[in-house]
Amino acid sequence: MVLGSVFAVLFYLGAIILIAGVSSRVMRYARTPAPLVIPTTPAPLTRAGVGARMCREVVFFESLFKGSKWSWLFGWLFHFGMLIALARHLRYFTEPVWWWVTLIQWVGVYAGIAMFAGLAGLWVRRMLVDRIRYISAPSDHLMLALLLAIAGSGLMMKYVHHTDIVSLKAFALGLVTLDWQPLPADGLLLVHLSLVIVLMLIFPFSKLLHAPGVFFSPTRNMRDNPREYRHVAPWAQNLSQTRPEWPLGRQSDHGEG
Amino acid sequence: MAKVEFETPPLPDQLSIPAVLPGAMAHSRPFVAKPEHQQPLGFPGELVDNWQKVALDKMDELLGRYRSLQVFLDACVKCGACTDKCHYYLGTGDPKNMPVARQDLLRKVYRRYFTVAGKWFPRLVGAVELSEEVINDWYSYYHQCSECRRCSVYCPYGIDTAEITMAGREILASIGVGQKYSNEIIGKVHTIGNNLGLPEPALANTLEGLEEEVEEDISVSVKFPLDQQGADVLLVPPSADFFAEPHVDGLIGYAKVFHQAGISWTLSSYASEAANFGIFIGNYENMQKVAQRIRQAALDLGVKRIVVGECGHAWRVAYSFWNTLIGPFDFLDPHYPAPQHICEFTHDLLYQGGLKLDREANDDKVVTFHDSCNVSRGSRLGSTPGGQFSIPRDLIRAACTHFVDMAPETIHEHTFCCGGGGGLLTDDLLELRVKGALPRAQALRQVIEAHGVTHMAAICAICKSQFTKVLPQYGMGMDMVISVHQLIGDALVFESEH
Repeated sequence: MVLGSVFAVLFYLGAIILIAGVSSRVMRYARTPAPLVIPTTPAPLTRAGVGARMCREVVFFESLFKGSKWSWLFGWLFHFGMLIALARHLRYFTEPVWWWVTLIQWVGVYAGIAMFAGLAGLWVRRMLVDRIRYISAPSDHLMLALLLAIAGSGLMMKYVHHTDIVSLKAFALGLVTLDWQPLPADGLLLVHLSLVIVLMLIFPFSKLLHAPGVFFSPTRNMRDNPREYRHVAPWAQNLSQTRPEWPLGRQSDHGEG
Repeated sequence: MAKVEFETPPLPDQLSIPAVLPGAMAHSRPFVAKPEHQQPLGFPGELVDNWQKVALDKMDELLGRYRSLQVFLDACVKCGACTDKCHYYLGTGDPKNMPVARQDLLRKVYRRYFTVAGKWFPRLVGAVELSEEVINDWYSYYHQCSECRRCSVYCPYGIDTAEITMAGREILASIGVGQKYSNEIIGKVHTIGNNLGLPEPALANTLEGLEEEVEEDISVSVKFPLDQQGADVLLVPPSADFFAEPHVDGLIGYAKVFHQAGISWTLSSYASEAANFGIFIGNYENMQKVAQRIRQAALDLGVKRIVVGECGHAWRVAYSFWNTLIGPFDFLDPHYPAPQHICEFTHDLLYQGGLKLDREANDDKVVTFHDSCNVSRGSRLGSTPGGQFSIPRDLIRAACTHFVDMAPETIHEHTFCCGGGGGLLTDDLLELRVKGALPRAQALRQVIEAHGVTHMAAICAICKSQFTKVLPQYGMGMDMVISVHQLIGDALVFESEH
């Protein structure tokens, strides 16, 4: 029960830091003005168009596809593998298990493998391509190592060493219902869960901020409408007032010849 | 600074990605602005004593001013998609010319002072202190970016290195280390009204000369009006159009279009410059101040429309920023877009049947078109996205029988910068300019060999000047470069008035 309590506390802590950290970044992004219209053109003219562009970006990684086919392939495998694998994990947190979660269980296994393969591909590229090696900090390698270890330990519990998933589910449901339950003392499981907690803790302080960040990227989320609408930021509004030498609508003193 | 000797790289048959050559362009630095170039723009004359604090305060201020900067510094995952997209990297192999590495010069300082990870674990995340060495790198490599936005097309988060470069340059200028070329020019616009420092009498004289030249050439008295009160259109060209080759033939082309359409127009001696180098140095206030002259001239002259000449970054500022910076344009005729590009203007006339063109006049030419970066990726022409690609080509096809595009991965949104944009069109950066033109030169040579292309048309004053200078280095003629409106002007059919 001690183990269960320790991990329960860690999970709550991780969740609080993840949510509070990401929220505070998102609030900062939302508060900071975009004082000029800077979509990368050709850009959509309407909000619906921007929505569609953002969907293509987030679902299909449209720009990355234009930029690098290998990174796109590995990146897409990793992200969508992870998404489905995460969804598959919902079976631990729901009772009865939602119908669609039951439905995707079989895909989820392959998704985990896709995630692992995608991450491995990205890491190989990071080590082998001289340009990408040059731009990599230790944290860029460690991030891939962390995600690979999470995916790897998860897959091992499926294929090599099963854990007691009945107790695990009791623990997970206990987290949700605030009714703490013991956690199976299984090495592989503890590694898997610890690494997930580490990931939650570092998320708001790392490049993982690209996830919320992409939605705030002015080159992707702005409409191409600068001739129709003015976009004066609050800080810019005050500028012309503090510069009496060029107020708007001043009569000319330069003569018309 | 000593003049740098360099070799023009050989043009490859296929554009290849160079291996990383650290420090290959570390020596490239433009002249630093003198106090007299800095102070009129509101910057300190020389390096301030407490430059570290001033620089970090400025960075803090910019992070609060521009969402782009804040999001872009956080979001990069170092995926590498941009690493082979910059023409300066492709031409030099210097890894700090890879867009992500250029951003990292600023990002690693941002991380050190503005993020938890960088404060506690600087080595882990590649964060560094703001040192003199860092400032030197900033000065060198933020002046090896033409702010062309090509990298932003391929970034999964839309990170636009131009925004980082602008922030880097603004921080540098704010500690007293501005760039001479851009700042001197902005000073001239503030005092005289154009980049060249051309005063009203000289301008009037030039325009008179052009009238005589055209009259002699086609026996039609095409006017080049200056400061004409009550004209319908205020035309704001880049000042290079007044005298530089091949730009001036473009200006003649605009005048012929106005003449044939019978629309009254005027230039302004107060606002005789479309170019706005305020964008290059990333300084909102200077950009606004430069643009403000044009609003003022339009009000004073009582015009109904503002039309902007062939100039790439000027069009980005005009199209994307003017309404915000100096609008609203509620004093202009609402039937026309404000501002309007000369290509939009001519295109409208063409499709209303208002122009008579004879393609045969250009039958001696096989023409290709260079999409300028700021028009392609930073603005639009016409009413639908992508008009910036179709409208100039429509115009060329209306004036020429033989048109052929360069390779698809080098045109439209993928277009390569000429290598001289973004405030780098100065002889103290000649090596960079020549090497940065390599990708475009390679694509051009391909269509010369495959299709016998004789001319490359452009709608940007910087592109035209840059190509005229650097194409000969790659064995191509400087006279290949031509204005779109020269093609139009040469094809316009006039009944002789004599």
